[in-house]
Amino acid sequence: MNSDQVEFRNVSFRYNDEQPWVLNNVSFSIKSDEWVAIIGHNGSGKSTIAKLINGLIFPDQGEIFVNGIKVTADTVWDVRKQVGMVFQNPDNQFVGTTVKDDVAFGLENRGVERSEMIKRINASLAAVRMSDYIMHEPHRLSGGQKQRVAIAGVLAVQPHLIILDEATAMLDPKGRTEILTTVYDVKQNHQLNLITITHDLNEIIHADRVIVMNNGEIWTETSPRALFMEEEGLREIGLDIPFIAKLANELNKQSLTLTKQPINQKELLDELWTFHLNK
Amino acid sequence: MDISFKQVSYIYQPNSPFEHQALKEIDFSIKSGTFVAIVGHTGSGKSTLIQHLNGLIRPTKGEINIGDFTLKANEKTANIKDLRRQVGVVFQYPEHQLFEETIEKDIGFGPKNFGVSDEEIKQRIPQVLEAVNLSPELLSRSPFDLSGGQMRRVAIAGVLAMEPRVLVLDEPTAGLDPKGQQEIMDMFKELHTRKQLTTILVTHSMEDALKYADYVIILDHGQKYMEGTPAEVFVQKEALQRVQLDMPEIIQFIQSFEQRFGLTLRYKGQSIEGLAQEINQLLKEEVRADG
Amino acid sequence: MANSLIIGQYVPTDSLVHRLDPRTKIIIIFLFVIFIFFANNALSYGWLALFAVASALATKIKLKFIARGLTPVWFLIIFTFILHLFVTREGPVLFEIIGLPIYSGAIIQGFAISLRFFLLILVTSLMTLTTTPIEITDAIESLLHPLKKIKFPVHELALMMSISLRFIPTLMQETEKISKAQASRGVDFKTGPIKDRIHAVVPLLVPLFVSAFKRAEELAMAMEARGYQGGEGRTKLRELTIAKLDWIAFLSFSCVLIGLFLLRQ
Repeated sequence: MNSDQVEFRNVSFRYNDEQPWVLNNVSFSIKSDEWVAIIGHNGSGKSTIAKLINGLIFPDQGEIFVNGIKVTADTVWDVRKQVGMVFQNPDNQFVGTTVKDDVAFGLENRGVERSEMIKRINASLAAVRMSDYIMHEPHRLSGGQKQRVAIAGVLAVQPHLIILDEATAMLDPKGRTEILTTVYDVKQNHQLNLITITHDLNEIIHADRVIVMNNGEIWTETSPRALFMEEEGLREIGLDIPFIAKLANELNKQSLTLTKQPINQKELLDELWTFHLNK
Repeated sequence: MDISFKQVSYIYQPNSPFEHQALKEIDFSIKSGTFVAIVGHTGSGKSTLIQHLNGLIRPTKGEINIGDFTLKANEKTANIKDLRRQVGVVFQYPEHQLFEETIEKDIGFGPKNFGVSDEEIKQRIPQVLEAVNLSPELLSRSPFDLSGGQMRRVAIAGVLAMEPRVLVLDEPTAGLDPKGQQEIMDMFKELHTRKQLTTILVTHSMEDALKYADYVIILDHGQKYMEGTPAEVFVQKEALQRVQLDMPEIIQFIQSFEQRFGLTLRYKGQSIEGLAQEINQLLKEEVRADG
Repeated sequence: MANSLIIGQYVPTDSLVHRLDPRTKIIIIFLFVIFIFFANNALSYGWLALFAVASALATKIKLKFIARGLTPVWFLIIFTFILHLFVTREGPVLFEIIGLPIYSGAIIQGFAISLRFFLLILVTSLMTLTTTPIEITDAIESLLHPLKKIKFPVHELALMMSISLRFIPTLMQETEKISKAQASRGVDFKTGPIKDRIHAVVPLLVPLFVSAFKRAEELAMAMEARGYQGGEGRTKLRELTIAKLDWIAFLSFSCVLIGLFLLRQ
């Protein structure tokens, strides 16, 4: 049995023959229970990966496996049972006329019994802290709340893998924080794989691993901490590291050597404190 | 153009069960040539406020002066079209307003409506294209063939081609990647300086407000909550926390550093490089003093 | 005027009428619409009017609100009345208006037709006032279910309706947003000759269509990703159940119909 949850083997994809490759010979694998962030500038191919994983599009070359199943037109419905996706635009994925109906949508599609459905709707809305809004209509919710409902809709069908495809890109800072905390909680409390796709490096610090995309190819595959040292290279491919990482790199450059790359403000202050004591 | 708000209130659907007061007795004035950031949460009244600036809505109470124009409740502003020509608004996701067959026509749409001659429009188009960094080869293409980021630039060019004196920007970088965000903001700042515009930026980003604005107005629940220069406003940790706004990261760090080490660092507009030098120096001095 | 028109608006209260199964309401109203044509004298009309007013009272919505909401319809009703006054030529001539004879039959006929018209509108508005659009959709899906046998796409129709309902507020917001953006670019929607105003709609409609198509595309993708493959094998969260209350409603309405046939000539 394959312990890899997702595997890409030399995958290439383009929308038609005249256009350049959106993905060019991409290979990677994601292990069970792992949280992987995929980052890259707009148009780097990162969202294409998400669509390939659950068979919304199919590769021109190469193979994709999800939990051991090869993704093809014949297996696509089995694959989709294991993969839950949250998209960028909060409005364009809200199908139901109320929160409750929307969470039910995926369950209805899978033919889940009504009594079981109600149980799962309540549990998944509780997990994203939206229980108080169960009867609300979508136009009375904020963007962040709609995205939390979308996450609940995905949790309700109990997939092995959840993909958040730029789920925070259209939200205000409050909504973004809401989603990031929700995702963090969900990952802590559920046994599942998580792929978060983003261009904001502030959102990757909790991920186990980062895959950086550039022009349809994997630019690097590393840990968030190690990635923050690649300031120059990232800037060249249109990405920007968080302030703390920039400051740390600047301090390092000025021979105030830190023992490890800090990932948040507290770590940087601790590093400086150690430096301060040791001198 | 000088802009002033005097006791401006705005109520949506008054005398109905859906009545909602979006602005409450707002008072401020902006000198011509200032780059102002308006900051606040969704629902704080920012969008309502900026819609007053080109007369899309009129105050329910109070008075607004923009240059020689006056907006008052129950009083039709005479030359509203003239006001709209001079105050250009870039709305959130402005690419949604594109509709013409070619990029050239779409950029020329605004100026044409305002009676600018075809020859004049022909002259303006290369200038605005250059400002938004788009190739002139694209002009005959359909705007719908472009990428999202390029469409945004076309929409912005369409507003710039009106040659407004006041530029109102409603989260102009939403949804762009970091590089795109910075390019667009740097472009606005450059235009602001070169053309001596009055710029009003609505933003959620404290970093952008700190980096680009001369003056900051914070709104909360339809009221003016704070105003001042970024250096004055953004150091007030408690006041910002009360309305759940963050300080810009650099100021946040400086304050935490001061607290942890009991040293004075102070935010004075320094770059990251400058800040690193100061920290380096402070810590090394400390060491020497202790030793 | 658009705001005062209540047809199609839903007003939530805790009335028994609200709690009825939407199918019950549709069937009763359907029958009412048919049987109102059997009324042929003052008593039978009065009897049906009594039923309609009693139902209106039972919704717990203020009668004043309903009456005001029907204001635009009053004009139509009065117009119908006047039309009949001059066109119908039955019974003895009662008097003349500006040289036109008014027959007694015309007054009776005009009155009867206007009343019928009024009752039809009142009762159907009660339906939408007490039933959410989505409930109506569910009811239609359920009532049309037998048509599935002849390959009529009942499920798809219902899904289409519910998605349209879901996106109405979204598209309204979008329309407002785009019209403001174009107004800022000098488009004048409100003044000027009709020809110019029609022209001004193009910059509004094109972006609206573009965005609607984009939404549709993204929505389709999201639905597919959530495992939607048509109505086959689907279960439903929204369940319609005919309860005791519905049987009581049917029983009462049967009494109304029996009364109608006893009272008519």
